[in-house]
Amino acid sequence: MSRPILPNKTIAEQVWIKPVYILIFLLMGLTGFAQMPIFKRYYIADIPGLGWLDQYYVTHTIHYLGAIALLALIAYGLVTYWALLRKQYRLTVLAWIRVALLAGIVGTGIFRVLKNLPDVVFSPGFTMFIDIAHLGFMMAYLVMAGVALVAKKRWLTAKV
Amino acid sequence: MSLSRRTFLKTGVAAACAACASQVPKPASAEPRKVQELATLIDIRKCIGCEACVEACRDANADKYPDPRKPYPKMYPSRVKVEDWSDPEGRETRDRLTPYNWLFIQEVTVTHNGEEITMTIPRRCMHCQNPPCADLCPWGSARKLKNGITVIDADLCLGGAKCKSVCPWDVPQRQTGVGMYLDLLPAFAGNGVMYKCDRCYNRIAEGELPACIEECPEQVQTIGPRDEILREAHRLAESEDLYIYGEHENGGTNTIYLSPVPFELINQAIQQGEGKPHMNAVADQMAHADNLAKAMVIAPIAGVAAAVGRVYKAIKTSEEKQEVTR
Repeated sequence: MSRPILPNKTIAEQVWIKPVYILIFLLMGLTGFAQMPIFKRYYIADIPGLGWLDQYYVTHTIHYLGAIALLALIAYGLVTYWALLRKQYRLTVLAWIRVALLAGIVGTGIFRVLKNLPDVVFSPGFTMFIDIAHLGFMMAYLVMAGVALVAKKRWLTAKV
Repeated sequence: MSLSRRTFLKTGVAAACAACASQVPKPASAEPRKVQELATLIDIRKCIGCEACVEACRDANADKYPDPRKPYPKMYPSRVKVEDWSDPEGRETRDRLTPYNWLFIQEVTVTHNGEEITMTIPRRCMHCQNPPCADLCPWGSARKLKNGITVIDADLCLGGAKCKSVCPWDVPQRQTGVGMYLDLLPAFAGNGVMYKCDRCYNRIAEGELPACIEECPEQVQTIGPRDEILREAHRLAESEDLYIYGEHENGGTNTIYLSPVPFELINQAIQQGEGKPHMNAVADQMAHADNLAKAMVIAPIAGVAAAVGRVYKAIKTSEEKQEVTR
């Protein structure tokens, strides 16, 4: 059997990826929900320090910046897992579900970004589909993330 | 000018075909044929303020106007206010944009080159080339058609008024008590439907002119492919010393105004406020999205590059350790 490239206790990514990923995702979730006119209506933007949540252009810019960071992080995670970790670790069932939902969020998000470009016009049905699917994937992801938290299920588990 | 009725109808029919094709639920941008956007040229010098365009708009679009269900549901929290234009006085309002008045005449008096000039200006949605209302609508109810018209689907709009907040001219206007929100959670989400000029997209789809253009006795407005409209606007601006508004505003609009006085002067003198749009210069509100979209293409490449470096380092370290062990 070939020797693993990374011994179990030296996965540097474990130290920083999780908090960075959670931070990006919370920011994306917050600014994503801020695209709906709810934070002002429900006084959330009145909370000191959260006034920016009812500034659509501000939240939209932050959402895009978050998407840039998320895309870079996902690419980094995919390559690192494939090259270094897949022989020692496998994704848990809950991780696979979250990966699928994340793919849905990213995929619909890409189409949403394309739609916002000049000269790109999607059909009404497709526009509505990507809008609602993007929100739906995110809601489902939050539920699964909650389940994983409660069940204390990690993304990776060591191969037996 | 090359904007003959035949040219217009030809473009209109192409746009109508494209509109039908766009009902197929797939990205229309994937289709190879590009439909030229239609733009209107509004020559302010010709407008006499007779409001024939206003009346024509009201007649042509009356069946699209809101018919609210009363009494209005109680909405929570209390800061959410009813916006009601459905009483006789509201419906008859003609001096601003309302859900029942998508076009109005703004009167302005300015002094230019020592001469006092009074002008009347038809005002309505500018139909931006990259409309923030359509880009940022969370439900896809505001959308841009391939022929350059931006419409709000009254059957889908929840009346959150985000389109109005992001519109540089605050054009869309809300009517409470109508639309899909009544069938969802009327007390807690939504507040009616947003309304604005749809440039008579249904008439254009049938090869007709928008009502305001057809009924104008002074031919204030001209409609045609945007590049032809712009060519004509620049020809007139240069030969008759006129000023242009709308070509670059918000990254470019499909409504081009021609004026004998600078628009800075008009903007300073014009009555502004709720339902009365300004004529100030407007930067491209969606420029940030266009620039950041480019960064999104680079982001995964940067992630892969960082990961490759990380993998290379890990493999090298592993090989060194193996050599030491031997």
